[in-house]
Amino acid sequence: MTGTSQEMAHIDPNPAPARWEHFPHEADMGIRGYGSTPAQAFEQAALALTGVITDLDTVDPSERVAVQCEVDDPEVLFVDWLNAIIYEMATRQMLFSKFEVAIEGSRLKGQLWGETVVVEKHHPAVEVKGATFTSLRVACEAEGRWVAQCVVDV
Amino acid sequence: MQKTRLKRKSEYEWHIEPFGDMRVPGILFATEGLIEDMDDKVYEQVTNVAKLPGIQKASFAMPDAHWGYGFPIGGVAAFDPKEGGVISAGGVGFDISCGVRTLHTGLTRDDIEKVKEPLAHELSRKIPAGVGSRGRIHLDPQEMDDMLKGGAEWAVSRGYGTKQDLQRTEENGCMSGADPACVSVQAKKRQKNEMGTLGSGNHYLEIQEVVAVYDEHAADVFGISPGDIVLSIHCGSRGLGHQIGTEFLKSMVMTASSHGIKLPDRELACAPIHSEIGRQYLGAMRAGMNCAMANRQIITHLVRETFADILPRAELDLLYDVSHNTCKLEKHEIDGVTKSVFVHRKGATRSFGPGSPEIPEAYRSVGQPVLIGGTMGTASYILCGTERTMGLAFGSAVHGAGRRMSRRKASKQWKGRSVVDELYQRGIVIRSPSMRGVAEEAPGAYKDVSEVVDVADEAGLARKVARVEPIVCVKG
Repeated sequence: MTGTSQEMAHIDPNPAPARWEHFPHEADMGIRGYGSTPAQAFEQAALALTGVITDLDTVDPSERVAVQCEVDDPEVLFVDWLNAIIYEMATRQMLFSKFEVAIEGSRLKGQLWGETVVVEKHHPAVEVKGATFTSLRVACEAEGRWVAQCVVDV
Repeated sequence: MQKTRLKRKSEYEWHIEPFGDMRVPGILFATEGLIEDMDDKVYEQVTNVAKLPGIQKASFAMPDAHWGYGFPIGGVAAFDPKEGGVISAGGVGFDISCGVRTLHTGLTRDDIEKVKEPLAHELSRKIPAGVGSRGRIHLDPQEMDDMLKGGAEWAVSRGYGTKQDLQRTEENGCMSGADPACVSVQAKKRQKNEMGTLGSGNHYLEIQEVVAVYDEHAADVFGISPGDIVLSIHCGSRGLGHQIGTEFLKSMVMTASSHGIKLPDRELACAPIHSEIGRQYLGAMRAGMNCAMANRQIITHLVRETFADILPRAELDLLYDVSHNTCKLEKHEIDGVTKSVFVHRKGATRSFGPGSPEIPEAYRSVGQPVLIGGTMGTASYILCGTERTMGLAFGSAVHGAGRRMSRRKASKQWKGRSVVDELYQRGIVIRSPSMRGVAEEAPGAYKDVSEVVDVADEAGLARKVARVEPIVCVKG
């Protein structure tokens, strides 16, 4: 599945290997991560996810949470990864600002570092309800340049 | 959206004639201007929905339609299980049974003006809103299941409201067929501390003034007149609904091919209504609907407690509670035959006409109240279903203004503090834990709700009854 040409126009032809960005969606928000491996692109997209809610710099990565996902399809694995983070945010009432991902075949092991939400400190703008299959894409765009993206419902 | 791809059938009705795998036409209700403003993605999504098995009559888009996931937001589609019809988690949305509830107050502007700031403060303190907020009610597993089965009826049985509230809520506050066993442990865990919370994004609690009445008879039946103060709550099924949506979206994606469903796009994930997964989703989604109605009922109780402290003579009787992200089994006449179909309304409000047994007896002579939320700086509307409505899009109408600008763009264009200050100058008090959230929800980020409502009225989807404007707005 690919994004529209309009969305693709936002992509820098020579991006730094690891970075993240948002892309517009009418009602919700698109998140996109780049990396030299799928795992790194997943980590960057997770930063973009937190960036939907708050300013990343305000979130202290003091507490660690581990998550695991397993599914054959790499794009579905990406949606699962984001939904695992969303679930931890919701049930632990935490925000995360540092991520580590290891992918072996169909299995993903992720670590999230963050802290409990403090409204006065984080001023969270919006709650993310879930990751969708809209504009979902996990692909190698060039040698050593991976992208992982989708729209999240807010 | 390119008009040339559509056939204009009347001033407000535009058709996409079936092509390729489309089983039925696409029908959009809009003015020329709204069509021009609509994203091409709406065309694509309306077309894709028309390809799904068992779809009846047409794939519809309301005047406020915009790009969703799978189904457009503002999309209406009905499926017949006898013809292999499907049910789709994306056709309901993540926020199952998100909706609007409006209460009378028995107060006037003068009563509110003197106390609007302490009232706004107390409401924002008492009703948790925004990311990281927790409710005061914590459900153990048995109570959780009882809530998921009982909805607002459960809430009233626990002391949060009155029997009369239930008579003024769709389905009398309890969606039958809900099955808590179909709701995952994760979804229940996500909801454990979220009962009676408002959420964030476009959700709100507003104190509003009735500033105009367009249909005096219907307004009289609904009990409103110019100068009345009402209170509206816009929120949904919170974490539970979001988790149900997340889980079934995925499982429907993974199993579609095993049901022989050829998806034009993966995000259109669905399952036959009569399949195991279809049955499970129905049970879970109906439990989600009960969660949303219970949640709005608890918030109502918290609002009443707040008013009892500050304005004890307020009489907060429920006008109506209507959901706009649902899938319901309804009887509709299709090509001269009455069929039982599953009507998906995603960002669309049910708008049944007069005489429908689903409408509370007190309103049955005029039609179902249709509550349309606007922005914190503009207006909201109360409409009602009409006789014509039923024959158009299965008795459905618009649900709100719809965004015209992404959140990102809005937060760059406006500063939350300036939005709050500017609205304060206009007499509107805003309370929100997040100034960035306010900027993202700035009135200018939305389409003109009045235009959307006028089109709904003129196209016959619902009839305008009254316009209300905000005085206090509590945002998540």
